[in-house]
Amino acid sequence: MKDTIPTAETASRRPEPAARGGRPRRRKLTFDRVTFFLAFLGVPLAIFVIFVLIPFGQAIFWGMTDWRGFSPDYNFVGFDNFTKMFQDDIFLKALRNVALLAAFVPLVTLTLALGVAVAITLGGPSKGPVRGIRGASFYRIISFFPYVVPAIIVGLIWAQMYDPNAGLLNGVLTGLGLDQFDTFAWLGEKAAAMPAVMFVIVWGLVGFYAVLFIAAIKGVPGELYEAAKIDGAGRFRTTISITLPAIRDSVQTAYIYLGIAALDAFVYVQAMVPNGGPDNSTLTISQRLFNVAFAKQQFGYATAMGVVLAAVTLVFAALVFLVNRLTGGGEGESKRKAPGSRARRAAAKGGAR
Amino acid sequence: MSVIAADRKPASDRKPVSDRKLARAAASSDRRFAAISHALLILWSVIVIVPMLWVLMSSFKSTGEILSSPFSLPDHWRFENYANAWTDANIGKYFLNSVIVVVSALILVMLLGAMCAYVLARFEFPGRRLIYYVMLAGLTFPVFLAIVPLFFQLQNFGLLNTRPGLILTYVAFALPFTMFFLYSFFRSLPHDVYEAALIDGAGDWRAFFQVMLPMARPGMAAVAIFNFLGLWNQFLLPVALNTDQDKWVLTQGMAAYASSQVYDIDYGALFAAIVVTVVPVLLVYCVFQRRIAGSVSQGTFR
Repeated sequence: MKDTIPTAETASRRPEPAARGGRPRRRKLTFDRVTFFLAFLGVPLAIFVIFVLIPFGQAIFWGMTDWRGFSPDYNFVGFDNFTKMFQDDIFLKALRNVALLAAFVPLVTLTLALGVAVAITLGGPSKGPVRGIRGASFYRIISFFPYVVPAIIVGLIWAQMYDPNAGLLNGVLTGLGLDQFDTFAWLGEKAAAMPAVMFVIVWGLVGFYAVLFIAAIKGVPGELYEAAKIDGAGRFRTTISITLPAIRDSVQTAYIYLGIAALDAFVYVQAMVPNGGPDNSTLTISQRLFNVAFAKQQFGYATAMGVVLAAVTLVFAALVFLVNRLTGGGEGESKRKAPGSRARRAAAKGGAR
Repeated sequence: MSVIAADRKPASDRKPVSDRKLARAAASSDRRFAAISHALLILWSVIVIVPMLWVLMSSFKSTGEILSSPFSLPDHWRFENYANAWTDANIGKYFLNSVIVVVSALILVMLLGAMCAYVLARFEFPGRRLIYYVMLAGLTFPVFLAIVPLFFQLQNFGLLNTRPGLILTYVAFALPFTMFFLYSFFRSLPHDVYEAALIDGAGDWRAFFQVMLPMARPGMAAVAIFNFLGLWNQFLLPVALNTDQDKWVLTQGMAAYASSQVYDIDYGALFAAIVVTVVPVLLVYCVFQRRIAGSVSQGTFR
């Protein structure tokens, strides 16, 4: 094979650079190699570019037009859509609701998930080395259950739980003697609807992040716990001083992806309060966008909302990074094992959800 | 609080006596820690399980029974709720649609994702890092930014409201996740096996399919499980891009069935439909749960 292409041999008279860090050297282009690259890189990239990248790019352009979809002509309106949006009371309400979701859902979910993960991994018998709690795998399986249930079903189940007449929640509360909840409409009262929705999102997501943190905690070297024990630290102290700092990067990643999920929240609200809730108190940007686009055909305006949602998402991620850095999060460490942290980020996203 | 107090004391007088006292204090606080752990886990398990059991129980009750008391067991077990749900909600048809779309998309995305990850992880070429970071951006931006242009992109290709269109969209949006997970996996595979394959005369194609891909099987299994859950539960993409009722997937069908209940309330059948949708996935989960826990840790430590 080599003898048949002497031109390539002579062309590369310079000694080939030695493989760096175990990477393969560059080889010369053969037919096999060209088709290999075309298929292996070309096909996935083509799909990615056509169905993800181009739509993202188009979104930014269309956000500055008054396009209504089915006619080919549109006008470039610059930032008019955005100024209109920030005078639109319904949109501003949605923005406020989404900000509330992003403020509370990740915080509560992570606190609970960390609690569950720490309890499962460190809550074991107090004698001997730090061990998992009895029945650890049972608790782990149970707490992961809601993540396996499709989010739309999670929403439907809780819509029934919250039902004023037939729901279990009011049944339990009246059974406890709280008669004012006899026909209390959890999703119909302005003050209660948003917290009720938040609780359901938390319920659906805690299990996944608990399992993620369990894995992270198990990766903390055992010697650290031994050392802490010799120094006389109890479990509380060990958790605060050893475990939490060690899994900090996982928490940051989880926080960002929970934020993205909370800013979206489309499935949950669509299942429980498709009309936006009492006085639009649970309306999200995603719902508003969907409605403006596919019911009102204002595609330019809707796309502009998408741009704002993306911007809010990026601001949220930047805030999380900033807070982590200001409170002493390790940048050096995350750089050193970059591929691992990237995979972790990918794992935290948990597939296409 | 007492833990901190106990910790502070020995710093001033380091005597073996206080060490023993300290150990006793630590042990008692550890017992408290274990008790709180148990309480928290039991409480959370109850919060998770009770709604599910309630749905299961209610799926055998009549609408009248459900409305009169949420607690009572059914008079007699109405299996006809399941028959009604099956016919009214078209669960069988939507289930089949979901299987077709998700399985096709899963096979495609695993293959393409592995190929892409392999090339990015093991070859040096100009633009490698650019491709990597562009895909990272694709993982971070919300799908809602793309949803309207995506609608028209599919329309232009004649793929709107078709299964291939939905499948390709699923593949495209699951690709970055798949790529990143497998990227680190391929990077960690030993190099000499690959070299040996080349020396034995295998081309790039054979080296991948016969040597590298089989070695990546644990990583592939982990990603496949997550992709399956993510795609099976997908709601926004089908609702926006797959509006032909004959091609609806299960999540769409369930949402529509639940909202149709506003006019014609049959709670028992609705609960039965929920049970039918959830139970298969839950069973699959219980079979694979060790794998799933393992794959999360793989994602964390690679």
